[in-house]
Amino acid sequence: MAKTGKSAVGRRGFLKRAAAGTAALAAGPAAKAQSPTQSGRPAALPPTPAQRAAETSAPAIEDIQIVERPGADYMVDVFNSLGLEYLFATPGSSFRGIHESVINHGGNRPEFITCMHEECSVAMANGYAKVEGKPVLVCAHGTVGIQHAAMAIYNAYCDQAPVFIIAGNISDAAERRGRVEWLHAVQDVGATVREYTKWDDNPASLTHFGESAVRAYQFAMTPPTMPVLLAADGVLQESSAPADFDWRIPKLPKITAPSGDSEAVAELARMLVAAENPLFVASRSARTPEGLRLLVELAETLQAGVIDQQRRMNFPSRHPLNQTQRTRAAVTDADLIVGLEVYDFFGVVHSLGGQVRVIPKSITKPGVKLVSISSSDLFYKSNYQNFQRYQDVDLSIPADAEATLPALIEAVKRLLTDDRRRAIKARGAKLAEASRQGLEQARAAASYAWDASPISTARLSAELWAQIKDEDWSLVSDTFWVSNWPLRLWDMNKHYHFLGGAGGEGVGYLAPAALGAAIANKKHGRLSVSIQSDGDLMMTNGVLWTSAHHRIPLLTLMHNNRAYHQEIMQLQRVANQHNRGVDIDKCKIGTAIENPNIDYAKLAQSMGVQAEGPISDPKDLQAAIRRGIAVVKRGDPYLIDVVTQPR
Amino acid sequence: MYRLWIFLCFVAALLAQGPKSTATGNAENGKRLFEKFGCYTCHGHQGQGGAGARIAPRPIALAALIAYVRHPSGSMPPFTAKVVTDSELTDIHAFLASVPAPPAVKDIPLLNQ
Repeated sequence: MAKTGKSAVGRRGFLKRAAAGTAALAAGPAAKAQSPTQSGRPAALPPTPAQRAAETSAPAIEDIQIVERPGADYMVDVFNSLGLEYLFATPGSSFRGIHESVINHGGNRPEFITCMHEECSVAMANGYAKVEGKPVLVCAHGTVGIQHAAMAIYNAYCDQAPVFIIAGNISDAAERRGRVEWLHAVQDVGATVREYTKWDDNPASLTHFGESAVRAYQFAMTPPTMPVLLAADGVLQESSAPADFDWRIPKLPKITAPSGDSEAVAELARMLVAAENPLFVASRSARTPEGLRLLVELAETLQAGVIDQQRRMNFPSRHPLNQTQRTRAAVTDADLIVGLEVYDFFGVVHSLGGQVRVIPKSITKPGVKLVSISSSDLFYKSNYQNFQRYQDVDLSIPADAEATLPALIEAVKRLLTDDRRRAIKARGAKLAEASRQGLEQARAAASYAWDASPISTARLSAELWAQIKDEDWSLVSDTFWVSNWPLRLWDMNKHYHFLGGAGGEGVGYLAPAALGAAIANKKHGRLSVSIQSDGDLMMTNGVLWTSAHHRIPLLTLMHNNRAYHQEIMQLQRVANQHNRGVDIDKCKIGTAIENPNIDYAKLAQSMGVQAEGPISDPKDLQAAIRRGIAVVKRGDPYLIDVVTQPR
Repeated sequence: MYRLWIFLCFVAALLAQGPKSTATGNAENGKRLFEKFGCYTCHGHQGQGGAGARIAPRPIALAALIAYVRHPSGSMPPFTAKVVTDSELTDIHAFLASVPAPPAVKDIPLLNQ
């Protein structure tokens, strides 16, 4: 570390003096009695008067040292220069220097949002990134905090969501103040999550920190966008910046996305124009609102069908070319399938079948051509298997799909003759009719069990839609757990209307990601709504307090099926494979969330969130949702506990 | 008047029966078995569908239902006769047949927006 100026004092000098004073106070017989190894008494005894005095009384005069221009001030300036709007964190001593500088030097910019678990911090950042298209700052202890955050980081990595993580650490062993700082120190901060972060670094100076922070941001935001991690050394945070440090923050360049090779794009355009039934399958192709608009333009130019796998809002749900409701038929009919940021192409063109073993069967017609445009091909790691099964394709374009579409659209338009335009017009009409029928079938399917109690997930979704459809709304939760009813029934046409689910399918994502997205939506005045699974909320229910404390407007409807329901079905499958079946009461062992039933309204109320329920009669839903929206429009969160059918 | 009274008694008796029974199946027992064997976990408490397909009302023919349950396709696990008997499946079929038809979509305003 660079030497500090004459008037400046390093953390080491401060700590040595403080430690000397503390040691003198703690050296008495009472302090000895506290040691379980010497006294045989448990370690959880209350502190002795001497210990209490050491921790609470004013330090001796010789211990008082003033640090001017702490390095953390520079770090905060770097964060603000990068436009990191919020800091999501559970407070931790290893980044207390940054915490203090955010408050006093930065004027609470980035704005500190108090989280109750580091998994929440990162999942909230994941949700925010999918709305805003950029990261927020997450701070955590480099050891225990990052360990808590690990699953959420993996989700964000799989979800290609940029998250900017700062991990506090004290690298220099001589600077660690006693037992806890040793326990919370680590030799290689990034190692814990290196397999599922895009890049990490351990800066040794402020100059190094500034450069690595800008580099990290650049890496995080370059497709495939992903989480990055920087260690923030405690000494660097709390000591004075070197007198000759120029406080310069490296310039963040305009970040562009890699677009496809021009020859490959031209070849694909020829294939698309020549195909009889081209089909686009989009998973995360719309990184931004522009991505959605471009895919509409391309599909309409070709009158080609689109399947939206909905890891983002890639294509309007009621567009006549949207064939998502008849995915299998559309895949079977296609003679050219173009995957746009599809992470499981094998799964698109195969059924996995088989009761015990996986027996994949192709569902495509013979001679089908497959093309993939994916930025994932530019960056993969080995250990975690999120890259899915290998699918051989005819043309692979390793590039960002959204960035490639403008050139592809232009190339297609140049190749379209009048004859081809006439042919594709007829194709579009057929697809539009199929899409219309798909919506009708979905509505008919939703009518079954319409008045049932527990409430059907279709009814819940329809009741919610009826009251938000004329608002500027954003569904900030996944829909998989409620049979995708919102995607099947609602008119979704804006990028923020739907955000997709957990990238790594790690449970404990939904509630915090919904809150992070709601934080992003707040400044746009959007009505954020969430359909929240019960098991997921119980992993991260501290977000309820965060939403109340920071007044985050979010309407949450519980999908309370009182179980880890997916696992009930899994258990039943295995029992049948073993030819012994399982009585449902046995099947609930280890899977049901009942006896006692959780009162989610009371849970929310206990943390300051207005709430009601449980509601089991569908006739009560409309009024409850109306009450909830009224509260949310006033700027507060609201939760409605709805007892539901399983899916 | 007497004939009207007889007719009303007949209607009341029908309504009091609860779920209808098919010629060979007991719908009441079928409803219990539908829960006991966890059919509802995939198909919903009224067979309306969910993770699994919609199977009520108007289920497929009993013989076809039994055949499919023994040798399903896709992700549904097989239920052998050791796990659920033909007689029990007959009762379940009766329950599925007894589920009332839903209102027409055109009569549900929430499904027309």
